[in-house]
Amino acid sequence: MEAHTPVIGGGRSALERSPLARLPDRILKWGLIGVAGGVLVLIGYFFVRLIGESTLAFSRFGVFGFTFKTAWLPSRLIFHAGAMLFGTVVTSAIALIIGVPVAVATALYLTELCPRRARYPLTILVDLLAAVPSVVYGLWGVFVLIPKLKPVEQWFANTFHFIPWVGGTVAGPSVFIAGLILAIMILPIVSAISREVIATVPPEHKEAALALGATRWEMIRISILPYARPGITGGAMLGLGRALGETIAVVLVIGEAPYIPHSIFSQGYSLAAVIANEFGEGSNVAIYRSALLACGLVLFVLTLFVNGFARAYVMRGERKMFSGGVSADDDGGAEHEVASAMGT
Amino acid sequence: MRGLLAGATGLALVPLILVVYYLLYKGLSQFSGQFFTSDPNGDFLGYPGGIRSAILGTIEMVVLASVISIPLGVAVALYLVEYGKKSLFANTVRYFVDVMTGVPSIVFGLFIYIVLVVAHVGGNFTAWKGSVALSLLMLPIVARSAEVVLNLVPGSLREAALALGAPRWRVVTRVVLPTAAPGLLTGSLLAIARGAGETAPLLFTVAGANSLTFSLSQQMNALPLQIFSDITSPRNAIVARAWGAALTLVLMILILNLIARAVQRRSRVA
Repeated sequence: MEAHTPVIGGGRSALERSPLARLPDRILKWGLIGVAGGVLVLIGYFFVRLIGESTLAFSRFGVFGFTFKTAWLPSRLIFHAGAMLFGTVVTSAIALIIGVPVAVATALYLTELCPRRARYPLTILVDLLAAVPSVVYGLWGVFVLIPKLKPVEQWFANTFHFIPWVGGTVAGPSVFIAGLILAIMILPIVSAISREVIATVPPEHKEAALALGATRWEMIRISILPYARPGITGGAMLGLGRALGETIAVVLVIGEAPYIPHSIFSQGYSLAAVIANEFGEGSNVAIYRSALLACGLVLFVLTLFVNGFARAYVMRGERKMFSGGVSADDDGGAEHEVASAMGT
Repeated sequence: MRGLLAGATGLALVPLILVVYYLLYKGLSQFSGQFFTSDPNGDFLGYPGGIRSAILGTIEMVVLASVISIPLGVAVALYLVEYGKKSLFANTVRYFVDVMTGVPSIVFGLFIYIVLVVAHVGGNFTAWKGSVALSLLMLPIVARSAEVVLNLVPGSLREAALALGAPRWRVVTRVVLPTAAPGLLTGSLLAIARGAGETAPLLFTVAGANSLTFSLSQQMNALPLQIFSDITSPRNAIVARAWGAALTLVLMILILNLIARAVQRRSRVA
């Protein structure tokens, strides 16, 4: 008895079918290509329109003048984004300085040192930081973080007033608070990427270090961190991209002062915050609206650069990892690397 | 050293604990029947109203945004996995989808503002324009996670279906998509959770409202917008409402996240 295998299409090969029968295939393929291409066209179109709307401001104040000079005086219709660009960069820098070490330390703890039973719940908790919407972080920042941290900040500013950028009276909303909240917001992203990267370190590298007598921390320092560095750097840059563009939490806690702050504890502004804040009044005046849209363009280009660079860096790091990584006959090489790193 | 790293992990969790604590402490007391069944009334004195229009507005706008972005995102991912693979065009699309995930959400609002609101396409500030802005935000998230999930479908499954004579479209719709469905669902739920919490894309596309409306061609309220405008109010009662609304929003997002994780776990076990 021959077994009856199910066959579709009468048993003919796809190439033998009529053009009509092949039509759904063609429709699907070109439909999908159309959607994918449509996404590209859409992004390009938006970019072009944004440039078009910003031309008024750029022609009035000059491209470099608008971007880097700092006078923002809506009542006199003078607009320069320099102070906002400064605020964006500074808050993101503070976010990186505070957030990345904590995120990497968390990633190391969760992948290497955490007791196995606690790993999953703690990981979920750290990832839950990303689930809180930014407006809730802003609400919490305004009513909890700012009042609670003000005395600490004032003490810090008084004790260390000789350091530049520290000192003077502490405004409640400030560049520092914005940076701190941004650090909290980028922490889950950087931690998740770092965890993934650290988990791909070949166990041979780690075991080689331990076999040569390294302590746990030395093993991390020698085997894991150098290997994971491109990935972690890429993750940090992605966090930077997120911090640059964060709007709502920043606009609520940064103080909306369109000047370059004289200390990290004074008020400032950021590109995204100025757009969110002043769009209501600005959208009716042509030059004002164009200036705000030009701020958006500067922000967009900035995040494009940072994110594009981050992804290229991560991809380059991945390629280096896989080409220079452990292959079947590489055990001796790993130990040699570790030994030379330990100074023997 | 172990202590230092454990301490860093604890430090990372402190903000989460504090946020949850204050949300419950200040927000739970706001919960009442009236809170969920009345709209913000914009009065200067007396009870400022609940958040009904905000909740329903968020749900309606996010549903529309999902209807737009999830099929399109899955379609882009299907193209990348099934047809494009490593071609130059596919790599370009992949790169730009990745870039789109990094675009600030306010820039998406600006895009829609320039293209749709300024041109007065179908009205000034309307709910559907807010949904379009949200869908721009959600599309790259859906596309990226869908691509990962579709790549996990074993090639042998596809080849088996093709060997049995199934046309390509049948392989995609009857074999690949059903196999990847739990993962696609997880990715979609996470994108929806992200879209529900966003404020900036809605600021100049929908612009918010107080009263309840179901019409997508009018200004509509949304939870993030309501919270944002309540924070800066001088009235304590309205600030208290912001805490209640924030707790509601976080609970909605938390439920979506938990469902997504449950789907993910079940599909792995099964």
